[in-house]
Amino acid sequence: MMKRNLWLLLGVIVLAVGPLMFHSETAKFGGSDDQASALISNIKPGYQRWVQPVWTPPSSEIESLIFALQAALGAGLLGYYFGRKRGLIEAKDAPEIRASH
Amino acid sequence: MHIMEGYLPATHCLAWGAASAPFVIAGGLRVKKVVREHPEVKLLLAASGAFVFVLSALKLPSVTGSSSHPTGTGLAASLFGPTITSVLSAIVLLFQALLLAHGGLTTLGANIFSMGIVGPFVAYGLYRGLPAVGFSIPLAIFAAATFGDLSTYVVTSLQLALAFPDPVGGVIGAAVKFLGIFAITQVPLAISEGLLTVIVWNLLAKYSREELTSLGAFQGRAV
Repeated sequence: MMKRNLWLLLGVIVLAVGPLMFHSETAKFGGSDDQASALISNIKPGYQRWVQPVWTPPSSEIESLIFALQAALGAGLLGYYFGRKRGLIEAKDAPEIRASH
Repeated sequence: MHIMEGYLPATHCLAWGAASAPFVIAGGLRVKKVVREHPEVKLLLAASGAFVFVLSALKLPSVTGSSSHPTGTGLAASLFGPTITSVLSAIVLLFQALLLAHGGLTTLGANIFSMGIVGPFVAYGLYRGLPAVGFSIPLAIFAAATFGDLSTYVVTSLQLALAFPDPVGGVIGAAVKFLGIFAITQVPLAISEGLLTVIVWNLLAKYSREELTSLGAFQGRAV
């Protein structure tokens, strides 16, 4: 199972790194959300949003801080989940470990 | 796939909000029911939500030379059903609307509809349907996550096309343009999401047999 997961992970890495190498000269890898807003101003020139976001991160650094926080929260919980499950299974298989605590 | 704050007319905001609300409410009730009937899956539910958190924070480069992010909803939709995933998506979308200026409160209903409803329903349909016609469960999980992701971006494109019809091509012309941005960029990302979801599924099949069994996730198969 672990070996199969390593192959799957390799596939993800190839899919992420491939475009970076393939387009290294020309592409800027801007967000597709931003391209969509560009298209909106193209279709409806002068369109202004009628509501402003509640709060906008003051810089792209702060924005990446919050994205990192979001990913860290999720990854932390996933790590806790699998660590706990694995620990419980091992404790069940070796009761003396559980008894000694 | 985030339609930004203030980018949909008020009537559209209300309509998508009204369309999404019943699913989120039904999902909230289902969360209560599932947790009451299977208290042992509580942590797995949190882990499935955590997977949505991680994947929707990962902006990945695509073959089109632009970047976007997966949704992470295929796993939760397969394990817990689509409406519970609507609730998880609503939480993530609210987090991003309030702290990241990604998406917005006025567009929350529209974004929940694409990421939290259509994507999860497509995913759940494939996850249940493919094994019924003989495909393996890991393949069903892969297809569920991949096409759940893609369908979310197709819906976003259509929502924007309805709000911003092309002066020449109308709604269809605009849909083609928005799909050109969102759907094509998303293809490799959707495949990545499929692969990552199978990785987590494999881990769950090893470490969380009891929870998966009590949720009926193996669909009667010896995995």
